[in-house]
Amino acid sequence: MGISVSNISKSYKDLKALQNISFEVKPNELFGLIGPDGAGKTTLFRILTTLLIANEGEATVAGLDVLKDFKEIRKYVGYMPGRFSLYQDLTVEENLNFFATIFGTSIEENYELIKDIYVQIEPFKDRRAGKLSGGMKQKLALSCALIHKPKVLFLDEPTTGVDPVSRKEFWEMLKRLQQKGITILVSTPYMDEAALCDRIALIQDGEILQIDTPENIVKQYPKTIYDVSANNMYQLINSLKAYQHKHSVYPFGEFVHYTDTRSDFNPKELKTYLEAQNLSNISIERTQATIEDSFMELAK
Amino acid sequence: MNNTNVIQAEGLTKMFGDFTAVNAITFEVKKGEIFGFLGANGAGKTTAIKMLIGISNPTSGQAHVAGFDVSTQAEDIKKNIGYMSQKFALYDDLTVKENITFFGGIYGLTKIKIKEKTKELIEDLGLEEVANQLVGSLPLGWKQKISFSVALLHEPKIVFLDEPTGGVDPITRRQFWEMIYRASHQGTTIFVTTHYMDEAEYCDRVSIMVNGKIEALDTPKELKKQFQVDSMNDVFLKLARG
Amino acid sequence: MKRFIGFITKEFYHIFRDRRSLFILFGMPIVQILLFGFAITNEINNVDIAILDHSKDATTKEIINKISASKYFSIKQLIEREDDIEAVFKKGKVKAVLNFEKDFSKNLVKDHKATVQIITDATDPNTANTISNYVSSILQKYQQEQNKAITINYIIVPQPRMVYNPELKSVYMFVPGVMTIILMLVSAMMTSISITREKELGTMEILLVSPIKPFQVIIGKVFPYIFLSIINAIVIVLLSIFIFKMPVQGSLFLLGLESVLFIISALALGILISTISATQQTAMMISLMGLMLPVILLSGFIFPISSMPLPLQIISNAIPAKWFIIILKGIMLKGVGLQFIWKETLILLGMTVFFIGLSVKKYKIRLE
Repeated sequence: MGISVSNISKSYKDLKALQNISFEVKPNELFGLIGPDGAGKTTLFRILTTLLIANEGEATVAGLDVLKDFKEIRKYVGYMPGRFSLYQDLTVEENLNFFATIFGTSIEENYELIKDIYVQIEPFKDRRAGKLSGGMKQKLALSCALIHKPKVLFLDEPTTGVDPVSRKEFWEMLKRLQQKGITILVSTPYMDEAALCDRIALIQDGEILQIDTPENIVKQYPKTIYDVSANNMYQLINSLKAYQHKHSVYPFGEFVHYTDTRSDFNPKELKTYLEAQNLSNISIERTQATIEDSFMELAK
Repeated sequence: MNNTNVIQAEGLTKMFGDFTAVNAITFEVKKGEIFGFLGANGAGKTTAIKMLIGISNPTSGQAHVAGFDVSTQAEDIKKNIGYMSQKFALYDDLTVKENITFFGGIYGLTKIKIKEKTKELIEDLGLEEVANQLVGSLPLGWKQKISFSVALLHEPKIVFLDEPTGGVDPITRRQFWEMIYRASHQGTTIFVTTHYMDEAEYCDRVSIMVNGKIEALDTPKELKKQFQVDSMNDVFLKLARG
Repeated sequence: MKRFIGFITKEFYHIFRDRRSLFILFGMPIVQILLFGFAITNEINNVDIAILDHSKDATTKEIINKISASKYFSIKQLIEREDDIEAVFKKGKVKAVLNFEKDFSKNLVKDHKATVQIITDATDPNTANTISNYVSSILQKYQQEQNKAITINYIIVPQPRMVYNPELKSVYMFVPGVMTIILMLVSAMMTSISITREKELGTMEILLVSPIKPFQVIIGKVFPYIFLSIINAIVIVLLSIFIFKMPVQGSLFLLGLESVLFIISALALGILISTISATQQTAMMISLMGLMLPVILLSGFIFPISSMPLPLQIISNAIPAKWFIIILKGIMLKGVGLQFIWKETLILLGMTVFFIGLSVKKYKIRLE
């Protein structure tokens, strides 16, 4: 009931959207595809949902071949495209009803599965979908994608353009769906959402950088990262970048994440250097790597 | 950063019929500051910004932007601000150079000045190779950087950025923030609206709007301390969930 | 079946919630038929003319009386000199001037021949032509009356008689044309727009990743428009019968069947258009440029096909509307049955099958 992708490649004219992608999603896993816009996430989703044909490679979804068994696959998967893709001029209930009927089922029959999500929008069931807020649209879209009890759920950037509260709720819903036995493949450009997945694949420019659990990816970060801050961010960045032993310098919120090329790096030395650059209030402290650090190190 | 206020809002309010979209907000932004203006969808961010850039009249209260009154001197404000949004930034079917020339033109830059700025911008961003390519053919990250530079062409006092780095890869994103730090260092005020909390972490100070009111306003560090959490995302969740 | 009904219900929601397309659906036929019926017409009524009578004798007076008594002309001005002719035309006061030669009666008796010059303002050639024909026919009629008394041997008197539309009512010509245009517009344009809208909104993606079959989507999309087009056809026929008193000579049943056939061919074209356009805007442009213009210009609706250059005549054969108009005129005006229009019907049927086949083949089960 999982997903298996082996050596998938896809190009549009001279643009290589996907290059030799392989990974496995285990049954009942919550698997994240993490990468920026244009990394090839949507193309991969469309290949797996039988909407596009890969130039090379093979893939199966729930044990079915995406090319040969596309009709079967279409019965068993739920798909939520990146863009809000419901009928704006139909009400919440009409949309749900419609998707239930085209999958040959009814709201009542599968109410159990969507109940959690649908109760939150049920008070607005007579409102047209176009007039819902971002968070509510997203819940409706998820309800519609679930209405036929899919075995595998594909969610393409479900949290893009949604506020933090709705995002958090959305991930909580995904966790509950996973407990009900659904395999979920979700994509997101937000690195902070990676930690919420069982396993993730970091993807950029059509290539997978790494596949592992979020914990392992962070653990494998090869360097020690230091949070550096000073009175002037702009000058701090410039000074750090000019430092001869720097390995990487990335602004990270109120800090700069700094790594050194040397294994016997001594922060005091750096502090002296920065002071000589007319910076004050300097603080240099060890910190934990994040998925974003790993991503940048891998993409470098 | 010095102490001149570039934006000053006092009791700024906007009502649509019975509905109060923006409820008496008061805040100021200093010269060269990177100010984050946060809020959920529908919290009133967009309405507030429309008033600040002079395209919507406040129902009550007042605001000064770049020294001009938003209700009476809207035209002067427009000359002194730059704007960049994620949705619309540059024309995909014009080349990099043509875009620069066009936007320089609408801000009334002289031909000589446009030439000078074009050269400067292309060198700065290392775009020599692609200067005559259509913008549509460039990666998203590049477009973002170019459109930020274009928003700075006429040397505005304040630049409004709308979700500037959503969806951009992490490295390009850092480069983008470095550009913002530089502009801020040179005295340009940066006004960032976003509902991505990790963008908020980069700002000098942030305000968080909930239901038309500013519910919190401080440096990210102080806010995290105040709410006893680790990230701006958690600050926001605490505020929004009450 | 439940799927299908669910789909159609949804389509009707779309149609009834979109006021603009509702207006196109039901307002357009009425507006167009009234517009063509009343405003745009080839008939002439009370056209202002001027008379320059050089002889002022009994015969000319009698002729002038005849002309002025007819409902087609009203004599606006009597002028005295040749020079004035150009002046009255330039002022735009009259559309025609009748110039009777000197000694009209005398010449007629003496030489059996007298001339009256009919000068018309040909800036509007159609009207000029019609005026000139009408005047000639009044003159001819007058002459026949006069000649009854005298017997002249061996004269051929042509007696034109217009059949099927004896009063030359232009509305008779427009109704079939307008009906064709409207059925084309509603069927082809609306379906192509409604299918491309699903593509634009991204809902097509979800429909594709679902067990609903492509032909179910197509039929679900097309069915409501078949229904609406039939209603439109009925409205048009009723309007022409009751407002323009246009008789429908032939079988209404046959008329209905032929209309359904044409509607289906237009729907198939609509589906075909939707498979090649990615946005609603493109679909609309293609429908307007690719379907409406040929229907108006090349179907024989306004410009007679027989007077077109040969290449255009050949092209016109490929336009379903041409055949439908022939069929409509046959049934409505001539009252013929299928035995006279089976050839046209067969051509239309062939085209319909072809378009359906092509659009099913072109319809994509994936995104590219």
